Amino acid sequence: MIALGQFLEVLIGGLMSGVLYSLVALGFVLIFKASGVFNFAQGAMVLLAGLALVRALDLLVAHGVPFWAAIVLGIGFGAAIMAATAWLIERFVIGPLVNQDGLTLFMSTIGVTFVLEGAAEMIFGSDVYPLRLFPTDAWFVFEDLFPGGILVNKLDVWGALIAGILVAGLAIFFQRTKTGRALRAVADDHLAAHSVGIPISWIWFVVWLVAGLVALVAATVWGTKLGVQFSITFLALKALPVLIIGGLTSIPGAIVGGLVVGAGEKIAEVYLGPSIGGGIEYWFPYVLALAVLLVRPQGLFGERIIERI
Amino acid sequence: MRAPDTSEILLQVEGVSLAFGGVKALREVSFNIKKGEIRAIIGPNGAGKTSMLNVINGFYHPNHGAITFKGRTRARMQPFEAARGGIARTFQNVALFKGMSALDNIMTGRVLKVRRGVLWQMLRYGPALKEEIEHRHRVEEIIDFLEIEAIRKVPVARLPYGLQKRVELGRALAMEPDLLLLDEPMAGMNLEEKEDMSRFIIDVNNHYGTTIALIEHDMAVVMDLSDRVAVLDHGVKIADGTPDEVKSNQTVIDAYLGVAH
Repeated sequence: MIALGQFLEVLIGGLMSGVLYSLVALGFVLIFKASGVFNFAQGAMVLLAGLALVRALDLLVAHGVPFWAAIVLGIGFGAAIMAATAWLIERFVIGPLVNQDGLTLFMSTIGVTFVLEGAAEMIFGSDVYPLRLFPTDAWFVFEDLFPGGILVNKLDVWGALIAGILVAGLAIFFQRTKTGRALRAVADDHLAAHSVGIPISWIWFVVWLVAGLVALVAATVWGTKLGVQFSITFLALKALPVLIIGGLTSIPGAIVGGLVVGAGEKIAEVYLGPSIGGGIEYWFPYVLALAVLLVRPQGLFGERIIERI
Repeated sequence: MRAPDTSEILLQVEGVSLAFGGVKALREVSFNIKKGEIRAIIGPNGAGKTSMLNVINGFYHPNHGAITFKGRTRARMQPFEAARGGIARTFQNVALFKGMSALDNIMTGRVLKVRRGVLWQMLRYGPALKEEIEHRHRVEEIIDFLEIEAIRKVPVARLPYGLQKRVELGRALAMEPDLLLLDEPMAGMNLEEKEDMSRFIIDVNNHYGTTIALIEHDMAVVMDLSDRVAVLDHGVKIADGTPDEVKSNQTVIDAYLGVAH
């Protein structure tokens, strides 16, 4: 029973932390789905959103604003910053590059990454800012089934809940609304989208805004976990295997990819790690991603691209 | 051949010129499209036919000249604004949303007609649900009309070319346009497909009363279909009139067959 208990604890912990990766991966999927752009800047957007939120929060609390009101205002401020960012990116980077190929757009988002990181740290500071939005202590569940019970981190539970709600909301948005349909249309063909009356620049603003808001949500959870700091931008690298496994175009895929990566890396670390020296947690997800690439290049849930020859 | 219902002018093109650097794609072209007619624009390769269409729906902005649509002369206009005004089009090299099914492609034509807000649609509740069903109903009518019931759920990238062109026509029809622009609707089709497409074009015109402007290479098709024909050559309009008038015009014959110098 101890072995089973330990396995469950590792599995649950892995799945939960995987969902947190999904939160970051979602931002990538949104922008890729709607504009065919692989947005390298998603990690920088999480940093920017987190810094805006935590700095506004600290300032308000220091001026005697009650904590709950400060949270609402802080999140509002973060959202406003992300809206401004979305507008600037559409206006000065992506908009002028309409009809360029994917690689050009990808390179431009690398540029955006460094500008955002620099600007965020210049405006909001470059320390580690602790954020306390969610409880970070742990529960012990199934104590009567397993000796010592299974440890579950409350923050992870919150993260999973939030990710679930986000995914459901976004999936419905894409499937059922005219804006969602317009987003998919723009991703497929700019000219055709124009011709049926879809204003591309507006649609791109909307999608970068939504990705910015997803970054803000990711920042609330990850900021609570790690503190808001520069290393949050490296989450973008953690999101890569999630995207490859789940498929770049699928919102549910981002979640499933996150679960696979999270559970995979923890199980590998605990059960394989000791026999080959440990520390494999950091690169094992990429092994999984490579394996998926070989079998299903479009990812588990990605759209299969069929080329007529 | 039935005469156009009225002589009301839907679209007036007045002295339009368009240049790309040193290449003059259109020079001082003027013509009009009357409400309810099928108007053809023909000409040899590189005559500026597609450029003309792109000017009408706002992809290109003319260097000189004016375009009056439904009585309003417009300034620079974006394609989505043209779509809002009631101009729909198809493309020479089919431009469909490849990842979507035929049905979803045609549904995108309804984007401008959706009135309910995003939240209502997400909840799929009450009026939003009713509206969605209405749009779907209209789209199913178009699918029946174009005889593509069997492929409605198939991703369009898998469809043969002729059917893709039909789906594209369906998407344009879903917009319920006042003016439908067709850029070489029969390019690359076999005889049977061409006959089907001709039938659809005539039916659209009769059934929905849609005004149609089409560009075509195939002279025989154009002469059968259209009420009036404008001929472009090297960006200049060289003839304009009924199919019979154009057919017997010496300048047109020379442009198509070449003249000995």
